[in-house]
Amino acid sequence: MLGIRKEFPGIVANDDITLQVEEGEIHAILGENGAGKSTLMSILFGLYRPDRGVIKVRGREVSIKNPNDAFDLGIGMVHQHFQLVHNFTVAENIIMGKEGGFIYDIKKAFRKIKEISERYGLSIEPDMVIEDITVGMQQRVEILKMLYRDADILIFDEPTAVLTPQEIDELMQIMRNLAAEGKSIILITHKLEEIKAVAQRCTIIRRGRLVGVVDAASTSVEEMAAAMVGRPVSFKVKKAPSKPGSPVLEVEDLSVMNSRRVLGVKHFSLTVRSGEIIGLAGVDGNGQTELVEAVTGLRKAESGTIKFKGRDITKLSIAGRNEMGMGHIPEDRQKRGLILSEPISSNMVIKLFTKEPFSKHGLLDYGEIAAYAEEITDKFDVRSGEGIDSLAGKLSGGNQQKAIIGREITADPDLLIAVQPTRGLDVGAIEFIHKQLVEERDRGKAVLLVSFELDEIFNLSDKIAVISGGELIDIVDTSSTDEHAVGLMMAGIRKGEK
Amino acid sequence: MRRREIHKPLEARKASPLIVSLSAVLLGIAAGCVFILCIGKNPFAGFERILFGALSNTRRIGNTLGMSTQLILIGLSVAFAFKTGLFNIGASGQMLIGGITGSILAYYLPLDMPRAIYLPIIIVASMAAGAVWGFIAGFLKAKFNVHEVVSTIMLNWTAYWLVYDFIPRFIIDPTISVKSRPIETIHTLRADWITGLTGFSTLNYGFFLAIIMCFAVWFILERTTLGFNLKAVGANRFCAEYAGIKVNRSIMVSMAIAGALASLAGLTYYCGYSNIMEMGKMPNEGFDGIAVALLGNCSPAGIFFSAIFFGILKMGRGSLAATGIPTEIADTIIATIIYFTATNVILASFWNGIFRSRFEKKEDAAKAAMRKQGDTSPIESLTKEKFKVYAKEGKALLRAEKEER
Repeated sequence: MLGIRKEFPGIVANDDITLQVEEGEIHAILGENGAGKSTLMSILFGLYRPDRGVIKVRGREVSIKNPNDAFDLGIGMVHQHFQLVHNFTVAENIIMGKEGGFIYDIKKAFRKIKEISERYGLSIEPDMVIEDITVGMQQRVEILKMLYRDADILIFDEPTAVLTPQEIDELMQIMRNLAAEGKSIILITHKLEEIKAVAQRCTIIRRGRLVGVVDAASTSVEEMAAAMVGRPVSFKVKKAPSKPGSPVLEVEDLSVMNSRRVLGVKHFSLTVRSGEIIGLAGVDGNGQTELVEAVTGLRKAESGTIKFKGRDITKLSIAGRNEMGMGHIPEDRQKRGLILSEPISSNMVIKLFTKEPFSKHGLLDYGEIAAYAEEITDKFDVRSGEGIDSLAGKLSGGNQQKAIIGREITADPDLLIAVQPTRGLDVGAIEFIHKQLVEERDRGKAVLLVSFELDEIFNLSDKIAVISGGELIDIVDTSSTDEHAVGLMMAGIRKGEK
Repeated sequence: MRRREIHKPLEARKASPLIVSLSAVLLGIAAGCVFILCIGKNPFAGFERILFGALSNTRRIGNTLGMSTQLILIGLSVAFAFKTGLFNIGASGQMLIGGITGSILAYYLPLDMPRAIYLPIIIVASMAAGAVWGFIAGFLKAKFNVHEVVSTIMLNWTAYWLVYDFIPRFIIDPTISVKSRPIETIHTLRADWITGLTGFSTLNYGFFLAIIMCFAVWFILERTTLGFNLKAVGANRFCAEYAGIKVNRSIMVSMAIAGALASLAGLTYYCGYSNIMEMGKMPNEGFDGIAVALLGNCSPAGIFFSAIFFGILKMGRGSLAATGIPTEIADTIIATIIYFTATNVILASFWNGIFRSRFEKKEDAAKAAMRKQGDTSPIESLTKEKFKVYAKEGKALLRAEKEER
């Protein structure tokens, strides 16, 4: 891809970007959220047409008008959100669109799938149904789908965002296998360790422009981060020892049902004091969602009490809790956090629009709303094409998250519940958000951080609470423990047990 | 208030909902022409007849607006529910409820009651009854997760049989036992001055109520916290719930308001446009209103005009018979327009394509002019005005070049 340029309303997404990938190479593309990585790949995949520049595949100039053209050229993409039919089998998903005639030969397909699976160590059985297999396996089905179509150039868009540490290791091995067989891999990511682990070279993009191409092995993580963000980045947040005050949130003997109508949280007790960050560590799906939803009022508590600033709020409405000063950065920013079809300005007052000065006697004051939204987007550096009038859905993931965090922090809560606040964000944004959370703590607020990433937990928390199978395993001081010990607890092993 | 200056780059125009709706109408009319040609008649004569039947004198215009009155109110009802993410196809039933409430009150309230008191009573009473009727569907959805499409259809039939029972029970016409006794004109929404002005047409106060409701709906949705609330629930109920908005309450409120609007349509229909209610008749307008809302892009102004347009087709079709063209052609046109409205994505991308290619031509012209002027600044940085000047200049330049060759 040579000299690619692509413009969108208000933004030049790609400005003269050149990307060269060799056969059998794992090539990483590194860039902040909204730097233009996805746009570049969408152009390669035929979803967008470039305004300028040419694309060459195996030395021949090509025009890619749609994904089918890309397929024909042997370009395959593993999307961040899998494109699978959930109640179909693996084989059915893979051959979809490639049935080959009115009556298809499922046996032949089975054989080919098995053969590819074994060749690259994917360990996928073609007759399994998608909804019964893990996320990691679903991703491998996506990879298989590309290989089944004889793709030679594979694009991985943030492939590790949804995987557990073990699954990430497996994926890395699969990528190495693929490269060894002569496939070219383009890896889009902002996780620097992954680049160091598998990639040979790395193309760095910043704000739509090419910064440079570096050798992954000889470049340090810090150097790559600095090149991507445009300034040195610190991975450790500086923070003074905490000065915990009075209890803000007291959860006592709480049990909550999950969506399958069984107890997802069992007899859970936890206290969060003002001026401290409690990190809730645990593997995804161990009751974190249910616990947070019960505390914020989105889910009914089965038994036990939740006290906020000394008051029993177990039965209080969500609005009541918001009003008392509970801030919540939700896990799913697109489902819960924002109304994507509404402008940023409306989204910034979604919890406050019934209050003065944003409305009086039930009438909205758009001037006040706009001023308030401007204040947040300025302070939290929320970038968008048309300012506060941009629809929330048009923002990049990082900017959406910054908008939500800006909204919650600006409302000045006494308790801030942050669930996966940096999921899918780049190091620059992560650094910014971590700093904001620590600042909240230093201002005497209580912070409950829920994260599946141990790095984040250790980086920010004063104390770590570990949840496993819906039960509290232990609460430990961050300074007196290490990742290994917490990792064991996350697996449900209590101290003293072996 | 300070607003940051945002540099919006020059770009091609985007197709607006108005242009999409108008293209749907044009395509529908074109399809109508084809149908008429197929049966060997002259389409122009057909459309001339429709316009003649709907608009050729004040009485006909009055009748057309009288017909449009119901359609406006039903359109508003459907659109209002739609903004909260609800599909109200119970407008027919809500109309019946509004109509029967108004008719019974008209029958029992004393004839010497001052109109200034009588009219507000029947308006408020029928809207309240409709609100309750709509609320039932909202309540079932909020509490028991019964889909509003199912419950509103059931409620249509509940209202239908209720009316079937209430007419003989309370307001039967002793001479013809399948309909209600005609309401005295003084107890309808008709006004002598309007009737006089429009040559004894069906136009009544309902039309002004419909206009007021257009403004009211716009105001509620765009200017009030209630509207913000309801739209948030419609756009993303999970986010609304998270933000502390009472989603279930919003669903009930929205259905109640939609019910009140449709019920008001029923009042204007049975106690204004007409003055009787028949047993065993489900009003079609409840379903036509869905088309009105769709074509009007769910905006009050759009609904107003699309309702009048449908009103013209519905009133004008009666005159088609004289030309030998079946009156069903008018319904066919309406149906075709709805099809085209449903394909609005295709229409929008068609217009976007045209706007884009025109913009690109302009861009080329502007570039030519800039080369000549020696302006080396990138074309992206031009202001809109400057771009226009350059484009105009470049156009002449390119034309001159072409002629030379």
